[in-house]
Amino acid sequence: MAKLSLSVNGNSVTVDVDPSTPILWVLRDHLELVGTKYGCGIAQCGACTIHLNGNAVRSCSVPVSSAEGKEITTIEGLSDDASHPVQQAWIAHDVPQCGYCQAGQIMTASALLKDNPSPSDSEISQAMNGNICRCGTYTRIHAAVKTAAKNS
Amino acid sequence: MNANHTNKQRRQFLKVSAAAGGGLIFGFNFMACESKPALAEFLPPEHQMPEVWKEMNGFVKIGDNGVVTIMSPNPEIGQNVKTAMPMIVAEELDVDWDNVIVEQAPLDTEKYQRQIAGGSQSIRFGWNGLRQTGAKIRHVLIAAAAKQLDVPVEELSTDKGIISHAASGRSLGYGEVAADAVTIEIPEEVPVKDPKDFTIIGQSKKNVDGFDIVQGKPLFGLDVKKEGMLIAMITHPPAFGMKIKSLDDSKAKGMPGIKDVIRINVEPEGWNPQWSDVNSYPEVVAIVGNTTWEVMQAKKELNIQWETETPAENTTDHFTTLAELIKTSKGEVARHDGDVDKAFADAETIVEKTYSAPFLAHNTMEPMNFFANVTADKAELLGPIQTPMFLEGTLEGVLGIPKENISIMMTRMGGGFGRRLYGHFGTEAALISQKMNAPVKLIYTREDDMTQGTYRPAYMVTYKAGLDTEGNLTAFEIKGAGIPGSPVFANRYPAGAVENYRVENYNVPTNISTGAWRAPRSNFIATAEQSFLDEIAEAAGKDPIDFRLELFEKAKTNPVGEENDYDAERYAGVLKLVKEKAGWSPTGKGSGRGVSAYYCHNSYVAQVLDVEMDGDTPKVKKVHCAVDCGIVVNPGSAKNQIEGGIVDGIGHALYSAITFKNGVPQQSNFDSYKLIRHAESPDEIDVYFVDNGKDPTGLGEPSLPPIGAALANAVYDASGKRHYHQPFTVNQELLG
Ligand code: FES
Ligand code: FES
Repeated sequence: MAKLSLSVNGNSVTVDVDPSTPILWVLRDHLELVGTKYGCGIAQCGACTIHLNGNAVRSCSVPVSSAEGKEITTIEGLSDDASHPVQQAWIAHDVPQCGYCQAGQIMTASALLKDNPSPSDSEISQAMNGNICRCGTYTRIHAAVKTAAKNS
Repeated sequence: MNANHTNKQRRQFLKVSAAAGGGLIFGFNFMACESKPALAEFLPPEHQMPEVWKEMNGFVKIGDNGVVTIMSPNPEIGQNVKTAMPMIVAEELDVDWDNVIVEQAPLDTEKYQRQIAGGSQSIRFGWNGLRQTGAKIRHVLIAAAAKQLDVPVEELSTDKGIISHAASGRSLGYGEVAADAVTIEIPEEVPVKDPKDFTIIGQSKKNVDGFDIVQGKPLFGLDVKKEGMLIAMITHPPAFGMKIKSLDDSKAKGMPGIKDVIRINVEPEGWNPQWSDVNSYPEVVAIVGNTTWEVMQAKKELNIQWETETPAENTTDHFTTLAELIKTSKGEVARHDGDVDKAFADAETIVEKTYSAPFLAHNTMEPMNFFANVTADKAELLGPIQTPMFLEGTLEGVLGIPKENISIMMTRMGGGFGRRLYGHFGTEAALISQKMNAPVKLIYTREDDMTQGTYRPAYMVTYKAGLDTEGNLTAFEIKGAGIPGSPVFANRYPAGAVENYRVENYNVPTNISTGAWRAPRSNFIATAEQSFLDEIAEAAGKDPIDFRLELFEKAKTNPVGEENDYDAERYAGVLKLVKEKAGWSPTGKGSGRGVSAYYCHNSYVAQVLDVEMDGDTPKVKKVHCAVDCGIVVNPGSAKNQIEGGIVDGIGHALYSAITFKNGVPQQSNFDSYKLIRHAESPDEIDVYFVDNGKDPTGLGEPSLPPIGAALANAVYDASGKRHYHQPFTVNQELLG
């Protein structure tokens, strides 16, 4: 166990955990931020996507020790009221079915648009390819990313 | 009060603060030109809470300020019944949808019927009851208003939660009469609206949980957290056919955060199995501790000896067994019209083909989990379950606690697809909580989830067709086999359309647990049947759509046999609709187009799919899909379901399989089990609903079964290569 200082959604927090604990489980079990989901634990599904210093990473596969001194943003930190353009686009297109994968999808999409405000179709497909949706909402996700891009 | 009003004010505020800050808070341009959608357009509804709620019946509460709460009775797995079922109540109740709060109902077998998510039947079975529920409450509200206003009931009308008396210009809100209305007896049955007067049904209403989902709010079973809650995981045998021999937990028990390691058995002496109790591993080891990561680490340090109980199975044997059976033995005859053997002897051309598909895992994105708090005489359960009433029955026997003292609340589910019909994980959570004497949340790792499935069975079918000199279909034979159970529906199309028709079924038992997987049996047989029809249409020298339509015409005008489980006219209807919408032309051969049509869950679906080949790899450009599911309650969301079924069906036909070596599943996570991804899904899907005013039927499943054949037929059209064995992209030698 070790005391680690983290910056999560703009707040400084201290946690006392095994430093090898993935960020995902620190968020979910210690910080009660459960919007970030567990889907595979091996960086294959994207359900656990967060931003680390603004870059999309799979939080199931990054130990919390490596987040020290960096800024973690989770789905809860994207906006206070669903007003982030990606969240707005998701509502506009009524994307979710079961909804479980969508926080990860939104975090990947928002990181993409920050780096590349007007991605092409194939850039969207490539960027979103690491996020699995068993419900099959990909065509809506694609359309929603384009809408968000227009409004960003 | 008006929720919209509040929203507009907030929107205004957002715009002002953005401008005043001299920048754009979220980086978007509030001065956007007209062509762009308005920004921050969609804000979470803010309902003003009433001071007093009046409970009208199990479904509806009306607040003194007119806000209405409608319960959604059925489990929500992503099929969006949590929006659609309350929409039906709201329609007949005649309230403003913006004024409605939707809540998930707990399991309550007295208040609600069939609280099951399965078979695409929530709306179909719920339809009349939900309409009556809304209409009856409206009835007593009007009766109460008539008394208050001292006018005859007939002179009153309702609109958006307001009861008006036109002659005197007076009106009352539902909230003002609800207290009186609850004293009025609810009649047995009341008239419902004419569908042409619907104002909510048939309008696209957004997912009632949409805002919570996009904000990552705790909605799912995995998100449950309660005071004093422990985390549990299980370890099950590594291979089907094995059980626990001995357990050495000394190392695991001493690890940080670990409370205990216990053995639990969900099938104890004297238990009372329910339909849903399908499970190959009744006894498992549970590791209980403080946090998920700690429990995961300790799980790796368990030292368990396993022993063989029943013989291990291999995928390589599975398909040889099925092929041998079909080739060398006679199956159980499920239907025989005319004289099939004679018809084949007389046929000019005979086409015979065999199709197969492997076991599939459900792979809901949210792995199995459940929360339980079991005390000496009470059990409180909370989690993702498609069949809460069966779970209750199982728990009663296993825990020794009477039903009255068991409560089950359904969380929103991160997918179901049939996996959560089988609730052994709920029973496991309850047993762990009982033994630990503490509230517990049980979590399966992805590996636990994928390697202990209630898998889609493995299937094989051989189709044989005889054609006369004119290319008419004169003989048809289907031999269907599965591990376990035949995939064939003997009375479905083309039964009834062919004079000489026979179905033979074969069953191969297995120790691998199997169960319902999105559109059971149909999910395989539709692809086989509709691929085969394409092939015989070609052998007959006919356009594949015309060929199918000819058969429907025969089934309609001069059906063979009595029991034909489909309406040939509605079936032909979707095919004609998709033909027109896709601009199908019989001369367009070679462009990479395929067609398919199927009926299941009481709905009709026809699809035209356009594919482009990149070498051997197909890329689906566009799918046209015509659907007849009767009245469409929530069109936007219905379209989402159809799209999802299409993407899911294409993915499983192309990529997915669970295979076994010595009883061990060879795929345990998404690195070895491939699901379709974003870049592989169709560029475009167009959906056309038939508008016929008939009562609604299934929607969550019917678009999946036929799409595999639309794809296979399109790939053949583009490349000249036919696919018979799923998944199409996998080297079939791997499957034996
Ligand atoms: S849970 Fe991290 S990628 Fe799947
Ligand atoms: S919406 Fe269910 S997994 Fe994506």
